[in-house]
Amino acid sequence: MSETILSVQGLEKHFPVTKGLFKSQVGAVKAVDGISFDVRKGETLGLVGESGCGKTTTGRLITRLIEPTGGKITFEGHDITHMKQGRLRPLRRDMQMIFQDPYSSLNPRHTVGAIVGAPYRIQGIQTEQGIKKAVQDILELVGLNPEHYNRYPHEFSGGQRQRIGIARTLALKPKLIIADEPVSALDVSIQAQVVNLLEDLQNELDLTYVVIAHDLSVVRHISDRVAVMYLGKIVEVGDRAGLYGSPMHPYTNALMSAVPIPDPKQREGRDRIRLTGDVPSPLNPPPACRFHTRCWKAQEICKTQEPPLAELAPGHAVACHFPENAPSKTETPATVA
Amino acid sequence: MTFLQLNDLKVHFPTDDGLVKSVDGLSFQLERGKTLGIVGESGSGKSVTSLSILGLHKGGRAKISGEIWLDGEELVTASQEHVRSLRGKKMAMIFQDPLSAMHPYYTVGDQIIEAYRIHNDVPKKVAKKHAIDMLGRVGIPQPDRRVDSYPHEFSGGMRQRAMIAMALSCDPELLIADEPTTALDVTVQAQILDLMRDLQRDFNAALIIITHDLGVVAELSDDILVMYGGKCIEYGSADDIFERPEHPYTWGLLGSMPRLDREVTERLLPIKGSPPSLINVPSGCAFHPRCAFEPRTGGKGSTLVPDLVETEGGHLVRCHLSREERRDIWATEIKPKLES
Repeated sequence: MSETILSVQGLEKHFPVTKGLFKSQVGAVKAVDGISFDVRKGETLGLVGESGCGKTTTGRLITRLIEPTGGKITFEGHDITHMKQGRLRPLRRDMQMIFQDPYSSLNPRHTVGAIVGAPYRIQGIQTEQGIKKAVQDILELVGLNPEHYNRYPHEFSGGQRQRIGIARTLALKPKLIIADEPVSALDVSIQAQVVNLLEDLQNELDLTYVVIAHDLSVVRHISDRVAVMYLGKIVEVGDRAGLYGSPMHPYTNALMSAVPIPDPKQREGRDRIRLTGDVPSPLNPPPACRFHTRCWKAQEICKTQEPPLAELAPGHAVACHFPENAPSKTETPATVA
Repeated sequence: MTFLQLNDLKVHFPTDDGLVKSVDGLSFQLERGKTLGIVGESGSGKSVTSLSILGLHKGGRAKISGEIWLDGEELVTASQEHVRSLRGKKMAMIFQDPLSAMHPYYTVGDQIIEAYRIHNDVPKKVAKKHAIDMLGRVGIPQPDRRVDSYPHEFSGGMRQRAMIAMALSCDPELLIADEPTTALDVTVQAQILDLMRDLQRDFNAALIIITHDLGVVAELSDDILVMYGGKCIEYGSADDIFERPEHPYTWGLLGSMPRLDREVTERLLPIKGSPPSLINVPSGCAFHPRCAFEPRTGGKGSTLVPDLVETEGGHLVRCHLSREERRDIWATEIKPKLES
């Protein structure tokens, strides 16, 4: 097994909810509430979940765009959990982010050259033949014309803008890229282009990805391993084949069965799981197992005891008292650590 | 008589930069109790089509020509007042974003009551009871209490349910849903799709569902219309489109989508380039700059607009390739790659 590039232990982000003149804290939105995972060099980890599950907050915590309230983040052996911005800056070269919306993540008053060249200027990096040449090389790498150097973002389509964002991300040859919904704002035919581009770049530049997305089919396509989040917790994590082939957590099962299948012949006869209701508010999440309010398998224990994330098959962990597809001991409570 | 029939509908918008041909000669038919899925990328003209059926482009800058027949009445030439009287009662729309489609200052109940009382001369109490019934029908828990809630007090899925309740409150015969689930999470999307299917069965309405998501279309539609650059480029039953697609653009859409029900493919098969600008639609076949098979048309692709031709039993295709060529390419070059 290859080395770990990023390690997250018990990561927490509680946003305070304040009230009144003196802003006394009356509660907290537990956006991310104690999650742990490792990312190995060269792999793609997919982070899926519905809106409000904390996946975007996780991405922003890892890149230290927001300050964690608990836990530990280790990147290439450095503890970066509360590292000062000044010391963090050199590390930022190795860790970059791709944003969801290519319309709001590019400054409309800057040329493509200025946008993609900004990382060099900020980091004070000299390139052999000047920044312009370096930028043009990267533009070519992501499938844009180097002559686009002096154009402005509004002259480009959504897919091209996303390529500009990717070019900026790649400028400093990072090792780890956090991509937050990199294709969800794009048209179907363009999504496929960008997904292929991300895969090609990974092979060429030996990149490691954490891809945050809500689209289960896209995540399955690009990820080696997948973590499923629900209300600030990881409920299941495993390699792609294991997680999609034999999902253990009821929530994972429900998510997959909710994805519409583009095949009219499967319209009837599909064995669907239909969840009722919506995701509860993270301000006041259900106690113990957070999924028990929507789970059809929930029993008394689910309301009183939080299931630990336990490894039931090699590399496949699930936090559930009554996991499905478990190799042994099905329908009996998982061992409580 | 056909319930809804569009004949050569054109919706053009004059702008400073030139004429935007959002919809350029669209024809289709739809019967009661049937569902038509309109698929296309952004800017293909699918939303403009639906808005012009509802008459929402009337009185604006749009230049509309062609015919829209709804239950024996022609709507393009009808007066604004008349179309307005049909809206809500005869035809209704479910919008993509329920938060911006509802008025934030009025309770959900008030908005349904208003819509109902415009078309039905009933006291407010009766209308309120009807609103509660409708909210219950679309699966909102405790409808007698929720009827007095404001839109912001609802979650996304509940708002979409409330909007469906509003659209259905006057028992419309034609229901148009424009990206009804795009703003929702998958588990909620599945609930809403189930709901729409059940309600359509109960109300026997004609349903047009507009989306970019082929999965959603496959779940609901009887017939599917694929739009590109303001024109219909392929039309057929759901089976035709998913089992025997004949247009290179439809192949491209199918190849662009990773699918959960198949083995993981090594690579997606995207369409090159990006959707055309409607001010400057490419000459000839609008799709030719992106089409991998354009060289096989012998230069016709960039000069001649292909006709929408029936290939078999109601399956229409707008392509210069011959039927045999298309079937051969699908069977030997495209299908094996999609299923590998």
